[in-house]
Amino acid sequence: MTERENIFNRIHEALTVKAQAHGETSLPTTADHRRVLPPVGATVDEQFALFARNAVELRAIFKLVKDSNQLTAELRALRDAENWKRVAAHKGQLVSALAGSLGLPLLLTDGGYDKQELEQCDVGISECDALVAQTATVVVTSRTTGGRALSVLPPHHVVIARREQLVPDLSAAFALIKSKHGANYPSMISFITGPSRTGDIERILVLGAHGPKKLTIFCV
Amino acid sequence: MTVTLFIPCFVDLFYPQVGISMVRILERLGHKVVCPSSPACCGQPAFNTGYWDESRKIAMKVIESLKDAEVVVIASGSCGAMLKVFYPELFAGTKYEQMARELAPKCHEFSAFLVNKLGVTDLGATFPHKVTFHDGCHGLRELNNKRPPRELLAKVRGLELIEMDAAETCCGFGGTFSAKFPAISTAMGDVKCASALDTKAEFIVSCDSSCLMQIQGLADRQKKPIKTIHLAEVLVQS
Amino acid sequence: MSAPATHFKEDARRVSADLRHRGIIQTAMGKYEVVRDQRQRSFQDWQGARQLAAATKWQAVNHLDKHLEQFAQQIESRGTKVHWASTAAQARDIILGILREKNAKVVVKSKAMTSEEIHLNDAMEQAGYEVVESDLGEFIVQLREEPPYHLVFPAMHLTRGEIKDVFERKLHDAPSDEPEVLTMVARRVLRQKYLQADVGITGANFAIAETGMVSITENEGNARLTAALPRTMITLVGIEKVLPRLEDLALFLPMLAVMGTGQPITCYNTMYGGPRQPGEADGPEEYHVVLLDNQRTTLLADAEQRDALHCIRCGACLNVCPIFRNVGGYTYGTVYGGPIGSVITPHLRGLQDWKHLSYASSLCGACTETCPVKIDLHHHLLQNRRNASRSKPIWWQKIAFKLFAPVANSPALWSLTTKLGRIGQVFHGLIKGGVLDPAEAWTKTRELPPVAKQSFREWWKERK
Repeated sequence: MTERENIFNRIHEALTVKAQAHGETSLPTTADHRRVLPPVGATVDEQFALFARNAVELRAIFKLVKDSNQLTAELRALRDAENWKRVAAHKGQLVSALAGSLGLPLLLTDGGYDKQELEQCDVGISECDALVAQTATVVVTSRTTGGRALSVLPPHHVVIARREQLVPDLSAAFALIKSKHGANYPSMISFITGPSRTGDIERILVLGAHGPKKLTIFCV
Repeated sequence: MTVTLFIPCFVDLFYPQVGISMVRILERLGHKVVCPSSPACCGQPAFNTGYWDESRKIAMKVIESLKDAEVVVIASGSCGAMLKVFYPELFAGTKYEQMARELAPKCHEFSAFLVNKLGVTDLGATFPHKVTFHDGCHGLRELNNKRPPRELLAKVRGLELIEMDAAETCCGFGGTFSAKFPAISTAMGDVKCASALDTKAEFIVSCDSSCLMQIQGLADRQKKPIKTIHLAEVLVQS
Repeated sequence: MSAPATHFKEDARRVSADLRHRGIIQTAMGKYEVVRDQRQRSFQDWQGARQLAAATKWQAVNHLDKHLEQFAQQIESRGTKVHWASTAAQARDIILGILREKNAKVVVKSKAMTSEEIHLNDAMEQAGYEVVESDLGEFIVQLREEPPYHLVFPAMHLTRGEIKDVFERKLHDAPSDEPEVLTMVARRVLRQKYLQADVGITGANFAIAETGMVSITENEGNARLTAALPRTMITLVGIEKVLPRLEDLALFLPMLAVMGTGQPITCYNTMYGGPRQPGEADGPEEYHVVLLDNQRTTLLADAEQRDALHCIRCGACLNVCPIFRNVGGYTYGTVYGGPIGSVITPHLRGLQDWKHLSYASSLCGACTETCPVKIDLHHHLLQNRRNASRSKPIWWQKIAFKLFAPVANSPALWSLTTKLGRIGQVFHGLIKGGVLDPAEAWTKTRELPPVAKQSFREWWKERK
C-alpha cells in the first residue's frame, strides 16, 4: 500500500464516527460572506474612494489619471524623482510602450530573463488583473503580468490599471479569476496589498522587508 | 418566589458573609429563601482535574436536591457555570443528562438573577468608596455576565466605579490550577493586582469569592493596599 | 511527572517571575489588541463571520477525503508532484530525496511551522545543505540558534538591542539598532540567497480543493521570492489545511489577517497551482507538494476534538492566553504552544507525556472566545484531562476525590470537616509556607483566608 492509500484509509476510518456540529454547518454562499465582511459601497465612485482610503493607510500611492498622456508624464516624473537607471516590465497593451518611452534600459521579462539583471532594476512596471476596492488590493498572475518575480523583486512596483478593472471585493476578484482563467489557471495568482512590510522587530512597522518598499498604482 | 440558594464550599467555609448578604437581600425583596443542607460542593474540583466519575457522585446529589426548585441562585460565577454549562457535558450520555439540561435554565448567578430575572438594579445600598470590578472568567464567558454587576453597582449611592485595564483577564485562580502551577498562578494574580492598583480604587469587587481569595491572598502577602469585597456584600450595605 | 512536564514547570517558574519578559510581551500584546479590536469592529458581523468560518472548516475536515482527493487531482493536472507523508520521518526523507536529486546546495525557506514540527532544518543541515530562513523573524531566531517563539511573531521576545547583537556577531553588519536599519541589513543579505538558492521550501496556510492551489499568506514578500526564483519549489502542508473552494479565501484571508496581526488583510496572499506553465516568464521548473499527516488522522478520529483540526494557525489564542503571556513561547517545549498547542500536543506527541500542557490552564475561556473558527479549546483541555485520568489515574488524587464526595454529600460529615478545619488551621499557622505545609503550593506566595468562626451552614442552621 502506498502512503497515499494509508492516509486515505485512516481518514475513512476516522470519519465513520460523526462529529457533533455546533450551529449551522452548510458551506457559506458569497452573499453570506458579503453580509459579514466590512461593507464596500454600492457605487463605483464609492468603491474608488474606498480603494483610495485603504491605499493611504497602506502607504501605497494611488492615482487616478485622465489619459495615457498624463500617465506618461507621471511615470517620467517618478523616473526623475527616484533617479531610475534600469526599468523592468512585461509586454502588455498599456505597459510596454509606456516603459519604453522612459528612455532607459528596459528588461522585458516575457520569454525568460536573467535573474541578476532583474535584481539590478530600480522599478518593475506591470499591469494587473484587477483592483479590489475592499482592501486596496492589486491582483497579478504569472501569466498576465510578467511572471512571478517582476512584481516583487525590484524595490518599486508600479502598477498600470484601467478603471474597468476595479471590482468591489475579494469574492468578485475570485469570480473574475475563475471566469478569466478557469480553463487553465496560471501557476501563480497574487493578491498584493500595499508595499512589503514587517513588524517582526518590536512590532514596529518597517516597509520594504523583502518585497518592494514602494507600491504605486496608476489607474487610467 | 421561593429562591433556592446554592452556597459553594469556599463561601460556606471562608466567606459566609457573602451568603448571608445574599439571604438578606433576597428576603428584603420579599422572597422566601431555602438552602439545601447538602451537597456542600458542586463537584467542580474533581471535574476540572479530569475525575469525572468522582465529580458525578457529588453532581448527581446536587441535581437531585435541586430538581424541584422553582429557581436556583448560585453564590459564585464559577459554580454557576458548573451547574448551568458543564453539568450537561458531565452527564452527556448518562441517565442524568436530561435532568441536567432541565436544571440549567433554572440556575442563575446572583447578580444575573437580580437584574435579568427580577429586573431589579437599585437595592437602596450605600457604599461611598472608589471601587474597581474584576470579571471572573466563568461568570464572564460561560454565563455572559458582564453587564448585571455593573448595572447594580451604578445604583449604589456614593460608589465610584473605575474600570481596570485587565478587568477581563484571568486572576490566576482556576481552582486546582492555583496549587498545581503556583508560579504561573501567582504571576497572573500579580498582573491583576497591578492593574487594580493602577485605578487607585480602595476595593476590588467581584461576583466570585474564589477569585477574591486569590487576589486578597496575594495582596495580603505583599502588603498591598487593596481590599477585596464580594458584590453581595456591597449591595447589602445601607 | 514526565520529563517534558518537569521542564515545563521549571521554565514556567523562571519565566513567569521574569518581569522584563512580562513587560515586553504585555506591550506587544497590548498593541495587537488595539488593532485587532478595530478590525473586528469594521466587520459588519464579526460573530457571524466566526460562525461562517467554523461551518466552512467543519465541511472541509468532515469531508477531508473528498477535498484532499480533489486538491491532489487538480494540482497534479498542472504538473505538480504530490507526495504523501504519514510521518515526520517520511516527510523529511521525501524532501531530502528531492534535494539530493536536484544536487541542491542552498535552500531558502519561507515560514512553515510544519517544517519545525518535523525538524526539517536540522535534517537538511546535517545532510550538508545551507538552509536560510527568509522570514525576518525566523531569520533572526535562526541566527540566534533558537526556535520560533510564537506562531506568527517568531522574534516577539527580543529587543532591538538583542537583534543588533546577533547581527553583529553572525553577520558582522549592524550599523544601529533601529528596526528599519536592521531590516535593511536582512533584506540585503537575503536577496543574494534568493538568487543563489537551488530550492525554495514554503509552508501553506490553505490548500484549495476546488482549483488545486495552495495559498500562502505573508507580509514581507519572502515567500513570493522563495516561490519565484529557485528552480525547484517544495511546499510542505498539513492535510488539515484544506478549504473546499477558492471563494472561501474571501472570508479566510481577512479573518486570518485580523486575528493574526490586526490587519484587514496581509500584504501578499498568493495562490500557487503548479510549476512554471508554458508561456510563463519564470517560476520553478519543478513543483512538489508534500502532504503531511503526522498524527492528524489520529486527531481526526477523536470526533469530540476533531474541530481542533479547524485551526488556521492565526495565533490569536496564544495572544489572549494569560498563561502564554506569563510563561512565554519557549516554556511549552514543543512546536505548537498556547491553547491550541495545549490541546493538540497530547494527541500529536502522546497523552501521558504531554497532558501537563492541558492541565496548565485556569480554563478562563479567552481562547475559545477569540478563536476565529470557534474551536472549543478550553473544553478540549478538560477532555484531555478526563482522558488522561481515565487511562492513567493518579491514585492519591483519585482517592482524595473519592473521599471528598461523601463528605460533601453528607451534612454531618461536612459539619465535622468544618470544625476540624478550624482546629487544623491553628496548627497550620505553625508550619505555614514551609516544607511541611500541605498547602505550601498556595502559602508560598499567598495568605490563606481563615475558616470562618461560623460557617454559612452553621449560621443557617442556627437561624432556624
